[in-house]
Amino acid sequence: MEKNMLKDENDRVDGFLKVTGKAKYFAEYELPGLTYGVLVTSTITKGKITSLDTKAAEKAPGVIAVISHLNKPSAAAYEQEGGPQMKIFYTDKIFYNGQPIAIVVANTFERATYAASLVKATYAKETFNTDFEKALKDPKAKKFQGQADYKRGEENAYKTAEVKLEERYFLPIETHNPMELHGIIADWRPNNQLTVYAKTQGVKATQGTIANVFKIPIENIQVNSEFVGGGFGMALRTWPLEIATVMASKHIGKPVKVVITRMQMFTMVGNRPAAIQTIGLGANKDGKLTGITHRAYGETSTYENFTEGVVNMAKFMYQCDNVNTSYVIIPVDLGVPIWMRGPGEATGAFALESAIDEMAHALDMDPLEFRIKNDPETDQQKNKPFSSKNIKEAYKIGADKIGWRNRKNKPGSLVEGPWQTGYGVSVGVFNANRGKASVKGILKADGSLLLQSATSDIGPGTGTGMTLIANKLMNIPVNKITFELGDSSLPPAPSQGGSATLSTVGSAVNDVCVALKSTIAELAANSNMDATANFVDVLKKNNLPQIEITKESQSGKEKDSYSMYSFSIHFVQVKVNSLTGVVKINKIVSVGDSGTIVSPKTARSQMVGGAVGGIGMALTEESIIDHRYGRYINNNFADYHVPVNADVPEIDVNFINKPDPYINPMGAKGMGEIALIGFSAAVANAVFNATGKRIRTLPITPDKILA
Amino acid sequence: MKSSDQKPNQGDSRRDFLKKSSVITAVALTPGAAIKAAENNADERFAELFEKIPLKLTVNNKAYQTTVEPRVTLLDYLREELHLTGTKKGCDHGQCGACTVHVDGQRINACLSLAVMNEGKKITTIEGLANGDTLHPMQAAFIKHDGFQCGYCTPGQIMSAVACVREGHTNSRAEISEYMSGNICRCGAYPNIVDAIIEVKEGGQTV
Repeated sequence: MEKNMLKDENDRVDGFLKVTGKAKYFAEYELPGLTYGVLVTSTITKGKITSLDTKAAEKAPGVIAVISHLNKPSAAAYEQEGGPQMKIFYTDKIFYNGQPIAIVVANTFERATYAASLVKATYAKETFNTDFEKALKDPKAKKFQGQADYKRGEENAYKTAEVKLEERYFLPIETHNPMELHGIIADWRPNNQLTVYAKTQGVKATQGTIANVFKIPIENIQVNSEFVGGGFGMALRTWPLEIATVMASKHIGKPVKVVITRMQMFTMVGNRPAAIQTIGLGANKDGKLTGITHRAYGETSTYENFTEGVVNMAKFMYQCDNVNTSYVIIPVDLGVPIWMRGPGEATGAFALESAIDEMAHALDMDPLEFRIKNDPETDQQKNKPFSSKNIKEAYKIGADKIGWRNRKNKPGSLVEGPWQTGYGVSVGVFNANRGKASVKGILKADGSLLLQSATSDIGPGTGTGMTLIANKLMNIPVNKITFELGDSSLPPAPSQGGSATLSTVGSAVNDVCVALKSTIAELAANSNMDATANFVDVLKKNNLPQIEITKESQSGKEKDSYSMYSFSIHFVQVKVNSLTGVVKINKIVSVGDSGTIVSPKTARSQMVGGAVGGIGMALTEESIIDHRYGRYINNNFADYHVPVNADVPEIDVNFINKPDPYINPMGAKGMGEIALIGFSAAVANAVFNATGKRIRTLPITPDKILA
Repeated sequence: MKSSDQKPNQGDSRRDFLKKSSVITAVALTPGAAIKAAENNADERFAELFEKIPLKLTVNNKAYQTTVEPRVTLLDYLREELHLTGTKKGCDHGQCGACTVHVDGQRINACLSLAVMNEGKKITTIEGLANGDTLHPMQAAFIKHDGFQCGYCTPGQIMSAVACVREGHTNSRAEISEYMSGNICRCGAYPNIVDAIIEVKEGGQTV
């Protein structure tokens, strides 16, 4: 019904529900006898709990239970040796400040919140370190290889180049902070039947994790997650707080809802880890790169290792015979990180794309010209051709639109009163993935098509994209197509991450539609109908109310022959106030080279959103820790600055929109990550062009400009 | 134990004290109905008598007469009591705007207002904006300009946008951006939100 409201076939299929408040997010399901859980967290950073006084909380009004390591509610996997160190409520060890140590369940949210304040813990403290820079310098600190070292040609060739540079770049911890607070509703019923309403990027992943911890059959667990209020990576795993909620529900035999606080969003659901990177670049005087060395150090936790693709881009983005990379992770006493939009590639691109700009400056070349000069025809890392790459065309479109011709190569050339104007460019690149997914298609005699898959939509518009794929193939109007997702009982699909949903699930939608069409054609032939007969007529003639087909779809051998990436170019024009140090982003032009654009409206919004995220990464976002206590000091939206409306100019989004001939039937490559990857470097490069100041530590705050 | 002689322990509530007290002692202190409630361990009925406060208010043109604990925010009251979950909780600290509702025509953060502060007031939430299946012009404009992605901040953005137009703070993109900066959108739909507001303003419809 709601979709009949659509005025434009490219509008979001769930737009009506979202603008009317009818879209239901996990915390909004009404369950009979619902109870509320509130987490109590550690106030020390490292050590052991020596006592936990829960008496006052237990006696408090409305309290049903207080659960902690003292009463270890049954979780079969945690009773065994080995496995993860962070076994919630099965360990008295404190790994970081803000770790959940108990959950208080009461019959209202207010009562649970109050009672949680009555739980008192005492600890045996141990010395700790939350300072990444300090850990890096400490020869006794543990260090792990995060990725195999890579070498092509000569190692550190930049050192002997005609023109060389070596610079160090620092990225602080960032926190995803989707607008929806994390949490879960768990409803454990007799006979080990469990229903959860989750905030997850993968209903199948959540189902699998819970099944593993509680050792119950996967089919006993129903995961619902139709609407997710943003994730940006933080909902790619099932966190201890979710396991705690399931434990609580199992323990009390009632549904339990936990919605964590914004402050807890900084400590319970991961962050983008801090990174320290050095880039060495060598070039000859003509501007050809002769050596690239990218060494990165990433933060991880003491109880679990986390790695990401920080040094990936250096291996193939530019034509260069001598490339080496290394990536080392260093544990600190903080919660384990998780991929944040663009993940490691965005971290790496800040350093590499800043360094490329620095080299262009050292060569007195236009940075765009320098990039074009070093643009590779093939992927030197994989030694394969690119499946599709239109980066030179993208450079041209972006340069024209931003007014690159007005840029002066000499920094600080464009001054008007206190305002200095600068232009910057940067490239983003991310693997164009295609995984394995299944989709069920039900074609009905009433003229409608129902598609189902256990995929997710954290915001990009999964249902809209899938509907448009089917619409084009089947010639069925969008308001007659329904795509169901966010339900673990539907045919399996991977988690929404790594810019792969449209490519992966869209391919299965494609295959189902092709199969449905061919079945209709067969039925038409068998009943002496014209091959072009409408499917409604064919079904009616055959007395069939509907036909149903499920298809599993995955990539084939094309990956062996081609290197597949999505690319983006970001151009920004900034104005920097030389008196206040304020950086204003005046104009943004982003160009996406990600194959066919299936859903133009939502694709554009993805690129806009990536640029907005990039503004935060470049100018404002930093999760700050007081290392004396190991606690975040800006863990709220007043002090952790995400971009607001007034920080964001108009954003001119452009797409090459040429199909990739190999990746999938749609010719569409992912674009969630490339929308953000590289953006922060474009800002840093523009700030340099405006002021002559090279800021290598994000975020670029006024104090750094004025220093 | 003669608990009547003892001062309640620090941290014990009045209710704990009553629960521990003998009926005879309690008689002197409390009305009969409360004793029965305490004896039955019925926190609910006890709260009803001692801790909840009567409240009358109108939400989306529907009158409510109820009792509510004074510590319940308007946001939690709307979401958990009235099940009007269109109003979102994004921070609970008045820092994100996801809970924006109209109280007597003014946009406010429902998380910064206790329910009991709204005695006699008229509240409009996102659920009260459309006329049946006919969307409010701002809702329609948000769909047209794709003023959202995940949709979580959207009800707050729309309530704020409607107020922004009514307030007359729509004379330029910059002014709209400034007056919409209390509503955070982490998906980054800001330029689309401004486009939607401009369309509604230029459409000249009554909002």
